[in-house]
Amino acid sequence: MKPPPFTYHAPRDLATALRTLQEVGAGGAGGKVLAGGQSLIPMLNMRLVAPAHLVDINRVAGLGGIGREPGGVRVGALARHAEAERSGAHPLLTRALKLVAHPVIRNRGTVVGSLVHADPAAELPAVLAVLGGSVRVARWQDGAAVERDIPAAAFFTGPMESAVLPGELAVSAWFPSLAPGAGCAFVEVSRRHGDYALAGVCAVVGPAGAARVACVGVGPVPVVVDVSAHAPDWAAAARAVREETEPDDDIHATAAYRRHLVGVLAERALREAAQEAENRGA
Amino acid sequence: MTTKLFGEPVQRREDPRLLTGGGRYLDDLGPDALAAAFVRAPHAHARIRDIDVGPALDVEGLVAIYTWEDLPERVGRPLPLLIPHPALTHGRTAYPLARDVVRHVGEPVVMVVAADRYAAEDACALIEVDYEVLKPVVGLEEAVQGAALVHEDVPGNVGAHLVQEVPGADGRGAREAIETAPHTLAFRLDIERSASMPLEGRGVHARWDGRDLRVHSSTQTSTSVRMAVAAALGLPLPRVEVIAPDVGGGFGVKIVHPWPEEILVPWAAMTLGREIKWTEDRREHFISSAHERGQVQYVRVGFDDDGRVLGLDVTILHDHGAYTPYGIIVPIVTSTQLLGPYKIGAYRVEFSAVYTNTVQVTPYRGAGRPQGVFCMERTMDKIARHLGRDRAEVRAANFIGPGEFPYDQGMTFQDGRPLIYDSGDYPEMLRLLKELIGWDSFERAPGRGIGIGCYVEGTGVGPYEGGHVQITSDGRVHVSTGLTSQGQGHETVFAQIAASELGVPIERISVVTGDTRRFGYAVGTFASRAAVVSGSAIALACRKVREKALRIAADALEADPADLEITDGIVHVAGAPNAAVPLSTVAVLANPLRYAFDEETARATQFAGAAAPDRPPVAEGEEPGLEGRDYYSPIRSTFAAGMHAAIVETDPDTAEIRVLRYAVVHDCGRLINPMIVEGQIHGGVAQGIGGALYERMAYDPHGQLVNASFMDFLMPYATEVPHVETAHLETPSPLNPLGVKGAGEAGVIPVSAVIASAIEDAEGFPIDRMPISPSDLFHLRTT
Repeated sequence: MKPPPFTYHAPRDLATALRTLQEVGAGGAGGKVLAGGQSLIPMLNMRLVAPAHLVDINRVAGLGGIGREPGGVRVGALARHAEAERSGAHPLLTRALKLVAHPVIRNRGTVVGSLVHADPAAELPAVLAVLGGSVRVARWQDGAAVERDIPAAAFFTGPMESAVLPGELAVSAWFPSLAPGAGCAFVEVSRRHGDYALAGVCAVVGPAGAARVACVGVGPVPVVVDVSAHAPDWAAAARAVREETEPDDDIHATAAYRRHLVGVLAERALREAAQEAENRGA
Repeated sequence: MTTKLFGEPVQRREDPRLLTGGGRYLDDLGPDALAAAFVRAPHAHARIRDIDVGPALDVEGLVAIYTWEDLPERVGRPLPLLIPHPALTHGRTAYPLARDVVRHVGEPVVMVVAADRYAAEDACALIEVDYEVLKPVVGLEEAVQGAALVHEDVPGNVGAHLVQEVPGADGRGAREAIETAPHTLAFRLDIERSASMPLEGRGVHARWDGRDLRVHSSTQTSTSVRMAVAAALGLPLPRVEVIAPDVGGGFGVKIVHPWPEEILVPWAAMTLGREIKWTEDRREHFISSAHERGQVQYVRVGFDDDGRVLGLDVTILHDHGAYTPYGIIVPIVTSTQLLGPYKIGAYRVEFSAVYTNTVQVTPYRGAGRPQGVFCMERTMDKIARHLGRDRAEVRAANFIGPGEFPYDQGMTFQDGRPLIYDSGDYPEMLRLLKELIGWDSFERAPGRGIGIGCYVEGTGVGPYEGGHVQITSDGRVHVSTGLTSQGQGHETVFAQIAASELGVPIERISVVTGDTRRFGYAVGTFASRAAVVSGSAIALACRKVREKALRIAADALEADPADLEITDGIVHVAGAPNAAVPLSTVAVLANPLRYAFDEETARATQFAGAAAPDRPPVAEGEEPGLEGRDYYSPIRSTFAAGMHAAIVETDPDTAEIRVLRYAVVHDCGRLINPMIVEGQIHGGVAQGIGGALYERMAYDPHGQLVNASFMDFLMPYATEVPHVETAHLETPSPLNPLGVKGAGEAGVIPVSAVIASAIEDAEGFPIDRMPISPSDLFHLRTT
């Protein structure tokens, strides 16, 4: 459990980081970005990945921070889970982060890193997806940094696959605010406290009955379902959600159980979110 | 400052050191040593066609690469079969490095030595082994079909087959008794694999100075590793020393020896003349150490209207993995300890130890008992359900009575000695448990159930342990014993025993374990035996020292030894506190000196007086110094017992299982330190919860272990382990000088049975397979 050899880069500024990534072709087999390292380091140690270059962005100035802006929250690439959780900047993000692993991991792991890692059982991709957020990526082109925003719907392309291209660096993520009077919830079942969920559902319910869920662990990417048409019949909405999912068997749970579970959790999440919306409206 | 510490909840003396980073574990040693790493088999069953080390030769830092062909004959022999048994007709062990066939994923094939572990693993990755893949044998019931064979010369994959029968009082066998019983039941039970999983894996560090070999190993038996290493390397025993440093848990896996690495690392250190270290990583531990538990049991039982068992017939398929280095101890323990606290009319048990292309099976805490208890306790619950009777009542109807000890179960135990229970009080234990959990007042509700499980555990097996106790002229007491420690609290309990026996404050007592330089004869730490066997030996050694101290002090005080006592390290005449001499002075007097190097020793020199000129300075039959050595060799095992109960809640929708309460009544004879016993129970219950609800070894049909990491092998966290409520019962053992029985494995033994009992109570359908996950429960509900 020791990583194979790689060249280590520790740029101090964004321009150098982007130039380095362009040179080594990050994102493909050539290089990997190291931020919190909570997934990458174990994968390196188990030799599941063997990048020739590791670009450590932890010293890059200007990539940290959690900014409350009109209409949403922008989370920098170096903002740790714990920081985002403590900031309370976004209610759904705060709730989801309490379900992410354990405090020690949350102290190191980053929100943006989790999004780019794109584990279909992880909570944060579902949060980004249900809110319709986006990820901002930058690359070095013609002697300058060029940015583009990738909407959540296009960002998660498969299990552990995102739309970040070789040479690009995810610099921040955008989590839109809930609509006024909306409620939200995140419920999941995991085998142990802090484990990846067997299935999980986050829900946002608006005051006028607009209702959306994103499910984790039951498809290759977060499964987003708009169930506004069923509001407030949350049992019917949950059945609709269940129909949309295609879970797989694994050693922890069968596909049939996961499908059952996502229905149970969708109903619970929608009821909880609707209750919160109602309490806000009251 | 009290010296009567036996029975007191003395705080663990090792904890400040271990909890503040002061421990020295195997990987803390030899920071400049070369590192070893291994190429391990990627296939469950394959023939090695060719090994090409060429591509690895350019790795910077590479020192050596060894395959089986490079090993001298002595080193390359198959590893020993440690515990032979007449029923083990087809015992098989692995070569230290695979010779031609690999029989499980993880079997070592090539050893690499390099400047550091990084380089060693780089070289491993470049070595090309060409395999002819053979058909793997996975799954017990598939294995006994014999369609494919793990070992070509073992038909049906059965390494051992043993039938044991204990007829009833009327002389009839179990099968006959079942045929004529008023009620009969038949069912199949299934327990999956788990493993010891110590926080610290195995590890070996060796240094050869051209004459002497010093080996550190993260082992549960340094004395036996020493003998095995000396034998394999052809070294005279005095030239080899083996030390167990701080060991981060063992739970059974580290009693197996010699591991391939325990031979190969010292051999390479001698061959290269360099210091070498190998530290097992977690993936290696999963795929190349040992597992346990996996059994399928076919049960038939006959019983009367009161639920008394008239006949019990159990056939066990025991998954032994690819090899049998530790013999068939585990299925023997299952077969014998299955009986628990009960009088069974007639008993027949038959097991087959079955080879599969999986990691070998050797004892893991509980060592076959959890499976046996699962069988018996499931049987008790099924009888109660069949008769519509209270489950505790059915158990009580079968209990051995408190007046029936010593009770002979009529079988042969794992130590080759008769299975005779020394003492116990099972009805009282059940009464305490029912009171603790509130059995009679439990309110049944959908999704809420209560469960119970009882066990008897043979502990403190022989053949012996020894203790050495020395009091030096500074008044300090040095205790050593040969068996090893893995965090149990031996430094504390052995010091408590010495403090109580010698009348010395515990602060002045130090304890050394597992160092062959200090004590050369020992068996090891397993089978809940340290307190019973080493504890008794240390007590006996202390008594020798005390006797000598009193004799010398009596001379100095011109008193009768019978009138002397020792308090706070001072020998004094009872009732005359001024007629006293400290043990430090007694130690000086015990060792006549020519040279005075300080004020104390000046009193022991030849012109200091005292000694009579017409007697030799060291009297005939005496030895210099105030020390004693003694051994304790038990006539047979002591039998501890326990009963657990749990209340669980199952979610009607998600099928999640929550343990709301967990209660334990435990009897390990006289308690040396109740706090440490409770700690042992808590740890055991935690492991038991793991085995009941979380842990399994997920082998796919190709023999790949697909959950070989802590991501997917689910050891329970603190958040998954319930608070454990404990009550003690003390029925002293008549067999040893301290009246103690073992406690190390107790907590883990009945947990799967108890949780199954509670879930069954909550759900209303039988639970015959453990562990159980929410997904499993969901499917049981829907089928």
